[in-house]
Amino acid sequence: MANGQRARLVIRHSSFVIFLMDEGLRNELQKQGIYTVKLEELYNWGRKNSVWPLSFGLACCAIEMMAASMARWDLARFGAEVFRPSPRQADLMIVAGTVTKKMTPQVVRLFNQMPEPKYVIAMGACAISGGPFKQGYNVLKGIDRFIPVDVHIPGCPPRPEALLHAFMTLQKKIDEQKLTGPNRARHCDPDAPSEFPIPQFGEHDLVPPSNPNVWKPAVVVRG
Amino acid sequence: MSATLEPPPARNYEILPKTDTDGSPLDGDLLEIAMGPQHPSTHGVFRMDVVLDGETVVKLKPVFGYLHRNHEKIAENTTYLGSMPYTDRLDYFCSLTNNWAYALSVEKLAGLQVPERAEFIRVITAELTRLLNHTCLAGFLLQDMGALGTPLMYAFREREKILDLIESLTGARMMCNYMRFGGCRVDLPAGWLEGAMAVVENYPRFLDEFEALLSGNEILMARTQNVGKLSKELAISAGITGPMLRASGVDYDLRKVDRYGIYDRFPFRVPLGEHGDVFDRYMIRVLEMRESLKILEPALRDIPAGPIIDPKAKLRAFKPKAGEAYGRIESPKGELGFYLISDGGPNPYRYRVRPPSLINLTILEDMCLGHNVADVIVILGSVDIVLGEVDR
Repeated sequence: MANGQRARLVIRHSSFVIFLMDEGLRNELQKQGIYTVKLEELYNWGRKNSVWPLSFGLACCAIEMMAASMARWDLARFGAEVFRPSPRQADLMIVAGTVTKKMTPQVVRLFNQMPEPKYVIAMGACAISGGPFKQGYNVLKGIDRFIPVDVHIPGCPPRPEALLHAFMTLQKKIDEQKLTGPNRARHCDPDAPSEFPIPQFGEHDLVPPSNPNVWKPAVVVRG
Repeated sequence: MSATLEPPPARNYEILPKTDTDGSPLDGDLLEIAMGPQHPSTHGVFRMDVVLDGETVVKLKPVFGYLHRNHEKIAENTTYLGSMPYTDRLDYFCSLTNNWAYALSVEKLAGLQVPERAEFIRVITAELTRLLNHTCLAGFLLQDMGALGTPLMYAFREREKILDLIESLTGARMMCNYMRFGGCRVDLPAGWLEGAMAVVENYPRFLDEFEALLSGNEILMARTQNVGKLSKELAISAGITGPMLRASGVDYDLRKVDRYGIYDRFPFRVPLGEHGDVFDRYMIRVLEMRESLKILEPALRDIPAGPIIDPKAKLRAFKPKAGEAYGRIESPKGELGFYLISDGGPNPYRYRVRPPSLINLTILEDMCLGHNVADVIVILGSVDIVLGEVDR
């Protein structure tokens, strides 16, 4: 399969019958050991409890990310201890640290190489906005200029507890994803992009400096 | 230093023609691979363009700059004190030693005196940082060798104990921003010395356990002995410092040479290696941790009362007179120096960091040539680099 094409899960009608099932009948079945759930719930429940992060560290925050996976905080309690070195096996990218302009094409390429469904946590002030190095000529002012970010964690570096909170936030987000309908998740929508253009490391800046389809900053209206 | 300086032997990139057992020529193409910038050995964003002949490394080109965060340029555009938090982020394992090196060079520039209690606090925090760094390094080295998890878990368990101390003192786990010009920011909280003493007293037990697990381990010995040898001559002529230099058998420790701070008051020895291979570099770090404990125990016992900052030190409107200064300390990774030129203004005119990681990394190719590609990761791990410091 070419790099640009990716198998997609498209569910057109998520177990429609369950919607019509009577609550009393459902309870009666449960008493007999027969549990009925929506396919959407089962699917999201399974995925939210086995998030495989990409073992991908950029700077200082990566150390706290590792600390979060060690014995004291133990990310394994959230089903996310399987750090994968290959983007092909990962479904969560934790952008942990300063993204420089030289590194940005590689970060976007790694994100593109991950199969859907995939999520991004921007960990730390640098990944959100450039942080303390924002004035630097070589620092990208936030990775959300090029890839969609699901959860932002402020802090420099965020404590491992903050990363755990971000995980729980992400799990909640996965749990609420719709598989059908107009608000369905990105990986269920054949028209939504799963890969994003990779910027070039140009002469003065990244070319283009941001992806307008992803980065939509709030417009400040004065007056 | 008595070692004679001889130029390192010329590198030979030529590939001998390969022949099969019956003498017929074999396909001898070289394979070029890029290791990094994202690769599973946990040393950050660093790329090595490796040329392989079979599995043997014949050429290795390090590519830097993936974490170039403009530290020096930002520092030249901010006040002297404003650069202190940025030094935390150089080598993010050892923020307290970075603080110290920067504070030392500014103190030289401005002629400030550090009170005795602050000197004790600096020595204590620096040696705790050394423990922390070397422990984590051993864990990461083993991680690179394929011992996934276990040694690193032990290392991080101990790291957390030290980080708890550092956090209760400075308010942050990693980015401490603790030293000030002429002293330290805050005094030790109540009960801190007892807590630190408990950690120091328990540390030899951890080291014994760690060494029982690792030092005599057959796999570790097979993977590290005679791998990545660095000769004394090459180490000196390349400007290598820190545990890497001492593993090659050169007795050069700035704590003994410069006697900065109050290091001349503590009895400690400088462990030296014999072979300069990866195993020696690992052992030097373990032995250095034991020596750090010998510094910490008397320092925690004898710390005097008194002020923690020079009363002449000004936090606001700090303008040292025109001049230049180079302050250097023995950071856990080697000689960390800050070179400052002042033109009398509130900002340094030139701010230059001499990072030990970058200069220790320059001889990576010499150490890797002729080894297998799997050894490259182990050799890189033994150099102990942190990319925040390499690229700055």
